[in-house]
Amino acid sequence: MLRLIGDWVKGAVLEVQEYVRLCAAAFRGVFTPPRYRHDIVEQFEAIGLGSLTVVLLTGFFTGAVLALQSGMTLDQFGARPFVGRLVSASMIKELGPVLTGLMLAGRVGSGIAAELGSMMVTDQINALRALGTDPVRKLVVPRVLAGFIMAPVLTIIADAVGILGGWLIAVFQLRVASSVYWTSIIEALYIQDVWMGLIKPFFLGFSIVTIGCHVGLRTSGGTQGVGRSTTNAVVAASVAVIAVDFFVTRLLITLMY
Amino acid sequence: MVLRTRRSPELEELLGPGSPIVIFDKVSLAFDDKVILREVSFTLITGHTKIFLGASGAGKSTILKLILGLLKPDDGVIWVNGERVDTMTERELMKVRTDLGMVFQEGALFDSLTVAENVGYKLYEESDMPLEDVRHRVEEVLGFVGLAEHIDKMPSELSGGQRRRVAIARAMAFKPRILLYDEPTTGLDPITSDTIDDEIIKLRDLENVSSIVVTHQLRDAFRVATHEATRTDGQIHIIPADAVKSEEAEFIMLKDGRIHFEGHAAELRATKDPYLRTFLS
Repeated sequence: MLRLIGDWVKGAVLEVQEYVRLCAAAFRGVFTPPRYRHDIVEQFEAIGLGSLTVVLLTGFFTGAVLALQSGMTLDQFGARPFVGRLVSASMIKELGPVLTGLMLAGRVGSGIAAELGSMMVTDQINALRALGTDPVRKLVVPRVLAGFIMAPVLTIIADAVGILGGWLIAVFQLRVASSVYWTSIIEALYIQDVWMGLIKPFFLGFSIVTIGCHVGLRTSGGTQGVGRSTTNAVVAASVAVIAVDFFVTRLLITLMY
Repeated sequence: MVLRTRRSPELEELLGPGSPIVIFDKVSLAFDDKVILREVSFTLITGHTKIFLGASGAGKSTILKLILGLLKPDDGVIWVNGERVDTMTERELMKVRTDLGMVFQEGALFDSLTVAENVGYKLYEESDMPLEDVRHRVEEVLGFVGLAEHIDKMPSELSGGQRRRVAIARAMAFKPRILLYDEPTTGLDPITSDTIDDEIIKLRDLENVSSIVVTHQLRDAFRVATHEATRTDGQIHIIPADAVKSEEAEFIMLKDGRIHFEGHAAELRATKDPYLRTFLS
């Protein structure tokens, strides 16, 4: 029993050590040559543009359902006109970053783990090294850059369509005047909230892609191993999104409020 | 178009014909409790061939990964092309790898790239060679392995044998001095295997590439060891090698991580060792 626990702890420490090493190597790769510009552009397109549809749909329906639910609750206090305030505060501070993060964890995290995992088990990563290419610079750095930059961009889009979804429900179902909705949105927003909503996605994007890369590059055991890695990447990245969101929120509250 | 990496005149003299290009000195490696290699020592002479035989899991492919620096030994010294690689960092190894080509077991072609992009990968990505010259070199090597018409196909559109030949073309595109082949004919039919063997022979004899072949296909191993390539009137012929040429190919049989046999084709054929006889039968 003790041996099993010992092995588990050893394995966990090794995973953390390898993850930190990968992050450090990726960090070095961002600031030092060689850089693979073509791959960077490709990843911006794959992670950014590729995730646009899912982020648009998620953001829109989240904003809409938020307006529906909060409209019912606010009705009890005769406060229906404040629905915009609730939608904007929730979307920008919390739901926009977290839901975008979760969507990226499902779509991008799994995709990266599956792609790099397949390359691992078919010796393509070793082939890259044999051909004189550092896999971290070629495969990890472009994905980290794209995830780090595109997560905030996608979050802003999710926030915007979420608020738009809330507006549609507020105006056409809750019968709140359009001007009242938009005014309450602007009134509810503080600059700290905007900063919080903008800063968090950088951390979330970084966590999602580095976890996907780490899990993918440690894949072994053939096609079964690729499947296992894909699942692990989604689970780990999703949990990381929630956990990182909590810790960064805590930190930002201490620093900004 | 100069591709092969330049050496200093001293190193060129030191590593010229007849001198060692790969040296293993008492190399040992274990993964946890499982010993893979125990004090393995051998020397590959420039322009010669070493053929590693052995059962699955005997440590054959591990030797190739050690030469490339993809794995580090627990003990012992490895010299490649005049450089000690067992103590090098990944960054230092990149320089050594510019003179090493590797053909992986299943080809390990990049499935998101075309045949041309695969073959010219190193030249496109890791050199400043003009794109036109790279394309010319890609066409040249694909012509050498007889796949010129497949240049714009994706790897998934190729047969198993064609994929291995593309892998050979990729490994030779930048004119390395050493080529490593990991089970290049496993899973292929005899006719396709012959074409792969012929590529190995052609590269060794016409391009003066030192080769290490890992295989458990005896038929292919003997073909590579006992044939040579000649060029007459622009035509390439694969013919039985004379006695002197045959001496340039040496077999190494691995058993339980140790060298069980080391010798030429004739010695291997004449052996009375029960393990070798089982393997040969």
